[in-house]
Amino acid sequence: MSTDPVRLEGREKVTGSARYAAEHTPPGTAYAWPVPATVALGRVLSVDTGAAMAEPGALAVLTHENAPRLKDVEDRTLLVLQNDRVPHRGWYVALAVAETPEAARAMAAAVRVAYAPEEHDAVLTPEHPRLYFPEEANSGIPACRERGDFDGAYARAPVRIDATYTLPGLHNHPMEPHATTARWEDGRLFAHDSCQGATAVQETLAALFGMDKERITVVAEHVGGGFGCKGTPRPQVVLAAMAARHTGRPVKAVLPRAQLAAVVGHRPPLIQRMRLGAGEDGVITALAHEVTTQTSTVREFVEQAAAPSRAMYVSLDSRTTHRVAALDVPSPSWMRAPGEASGMYALECAMDELACAAGVDPVELRVRNDTATYPDSGKPYSSRHLVECLREGARRFGWDARDPRPRSRTEGRLLIGSGVASSFYPVYLMPSSAQAQVTGAGRYRIRVNATDIGTGARTVLAQIAAEALGVAQDLVAVEIGSSALPAAPLAGGSAGTGSWGWAVHKACRTLVGMIDERGGTLPTDGLTATADTGEDIASDPPHAKASFGAQFAEVAVDTDTGEVRLRRLLGVFAAGRVLNARTGRSQFIGGMTMGVGMALMEGSTMDARFGDFAERDLASYHVPACADVRGIEAHWIDEHDPWLNPMGSKGIGEIGIVGTAAAIANAVHHATGVRVRDLPLLPEKLLAGLERPR
Amino acid sequence: MAAPQTTSPVTLHVNGVAHRRELDHRTTVLDALREHLGLTGAKKGCDHAQCGACTVLVDGRRANSCLLLAVAHDGAEITTVEGLADGDDLHPLQAAFLEHDGFQCGYCTPGQICSAVGMIAEAGEGAPSHVTPLAAGPPGVPVPLSPDEIRERMSGNLCRCGAYVNIVAAIGDVTR
Repeated sequence: MSTDPVRLEGREKVTGSARYAAEHTPPGTAYAWPVPATVALGRVLSVDTGAAMAEPGALAVLTHENAPRLKDVEDRTLLVLQNDRVPHRGWYVALAVAETPEAARAMAAAVRVAYAPEEHDAVLTPEHPRLYFPEEANSGIPACRERGDFDGAYARAPVRIDATYTLPGLHNHPMEPHATTARWEDGRLFAHDSCQGATAVQETLAALFGMDKERITVVAEHVGGGFGCKGTPRPQVVLAAMAARHTGRPVKAVLPRAQLAAVVGHRPPLIQRMRLGAGEDGVITALAHEVTTQTSTVREFVEQAAAPSRAMYVSLDSRTTHRVAALDVPSPSWMRAPGEASGMYALECAMDELACAAGVDPVELRVRNDTATYPDSGKPYSSRHLVECLREGARRFGWDARDPRPRSRTEGRLLIGSGVASSFYPVYLMPSSAQAQVTGAGRYRIRVNATDIGTGARTVLAQIAAEALGVAQDLVAVEIGSSALPAAPLAGGSAGTGSWGWAVHKACRTLVGMIDERGGTLPTDGLTATADTGEDIASDPPHAKASFGAQFAEVAVDTDTGEVRLRRLLGVFAAGRVLNARTGRSQFIGGMTMGVGMALMEGSTMDARFGDFAERDLASYHVPACADVRGIEAHWIDEHDPWLNPMGSKGIGEIGIVGTAAAIANAVHHATGVRVRDLPLLPEKLLAGLERPR
Repeated sequence: MAAPQTTSPVTLHVNGVAHRRELDHRTTVLDALREHLGLTGAKKGCDHAQCGACTVLVDGRRANSCLLLAVAHDGAEITTVEGLADGDDLHPLQAAFLEHDGFQCGYCTPGQICSAVGMIAEAGEGAPSHVTPLAAGPPGVPVPLSPDEIRERMSGNLCRCGAYVNIVAAIGDVTR
């Protein structure tokens, strides 16, 4: 067990006293329940609210005809109840508000909406007529990159792989559904919101309601998970604010679990064609990663699944492209490691196929294709220990004892196999501000609008502050989770600790300087230092920066049922300095666990006729349960990289999910000799290729 | 014709304290706790008994409180996560979850801990699970809680942060 500090808010969480967004009930609180559209495309002709308003306790039904008007913002998924258009099934068309949650729910069921439906198109196909090449993919990278002569190099390569991998839609499903408690007081708006960044929510609400952001306070003290789907403001905060203004009451809006799939973003379905050309030694000479995906008509979001293929391996001649179709479907968005989790599934499975084709050990193949520079820009990596992760993982896992032949190990009716994949996640940093204060009595307070969605941010910021101040951690109090604190970026892109921590470190060092100037004597009313890292974060740094890792999986496949059971999953990561081993390990293991879901059970089916995801609740959309998870281990290599930030840290919240699905899929191939290129690896996909061992 | 009765007086004994409220017949035990009694330790994750975040102990048995109507539990003894600690002394499971980092966001945690309390009692009474060997012994003999038993018996409580490894270690620490 690590000796690093336990979570500062841990006691509140295990005793049930930690309050989440919907757990504040100001006097007079009313309850809201949204009404989703039941057509996939069209217009609302009329909303009959008579029966709903007859419900005892009814307060109001908001529709596009009476809801407060909102100003236009870039993220149009937030422009709810503004007009009669229905861009996809599940889009909100009304909001019931009542004295009690029971009455609001009954009202919502009683609202009668008449539609003028139009013919919709909700299913992505590889040659869909609406496909186009966008300018950019998510994270602002160019959608298409062409280096050298891929076609020529591929044609000349003695070993070639051409394989297409498909992923279904995936849902974040944090355990706490999106929720807001909002109230207006003297023209000021207060909201407890379940989000990954209250600064962004505050600024967006200010834009939507056309008001000064100083008159809006958004609090996100405890957040029950996010995984990206709370990274941008979501409709519940807009609906709660509108309903509170309309009724003059505090309003609590909690989105029902079964509505989340349509309105909070998801990982879109992806079709990825991989072509690898290599020499007899397995060294890649040509690489193409061509992504086909979908977005909605409301908002363009393009999952940057080809991005990892620009970063991972030597590849002089390469083509990495994204095509997208705007369909009549819910809007996709961020889900844990968007681009990397999906793209590395395809790349790392293709690497396994290349290893088989070239007759090279899969660990050795990755070592041979290692590169010290980011191939797309030629910049050197500030630190890159992929090979060390592969070697250390292989040693811990016992990889050398593996018989490389597929279907070489049986236990009765079980086929046993093992697989490996690399992990990768870029280092992002965002400007942040923070304050460090000292009281006359020598106690310290850190103020920064960071968000702890379960990462351990609160705890690690206290550690960073204590170290920068040179004092014991118990002298340091940390205030996070409110837009009333110094502005800070969201908990996203695995950039929270690096970005907030840098600002906290800078404020603390400034404060130490102020104290030193006074000869160590503290004024009775204390001192405050404020820092902003806007100018510290270089816009064009001389290095490429990323975390790397390697994951090893062992599976057992039942030849009667086709069921895949994970036996072991071992990850070794190189992610800068891990600031808290206790919570850091949890981050890696948590990501790997979600990766197990991606590999074996998670998947959402688009219903062509209804234009909606069929699996909308936790009984039909399967996430890993306790019994699915065994033998997951995470280790890391100490990295000392001076080019990152004052703490020397890289992000660790997302890399754990990157590579997991490929390691498991490769293990399933090794176990069975069957190559399934469509996730999740459900029994029916495997059974066709299986026969019982003789 | 008189209007149909839609509310009733209900008494819930929560963590040893009797609470009497006039409740809507549609009100669940979970909503009674969270919206009427101010006890927000039990969480609402799905409202469909699919996630286990709302797990509490009802007359000593673990139950998904989102699926229980309060009016049908008049007089019930309910223990929530708020009722497990002894003053400032944490329940051993609470302390073990803290030490083993058996949670991240904390939203499933109250349900996990209440579920573990109920699960340990069930195994202690000899209730078998799907993974209990058939030769485990006669009814009523306590079932030893191996990691496999813990994993199986805790699978009604989902954790999306992926803290299962640490949850199993925390419970194992207490039951060992």
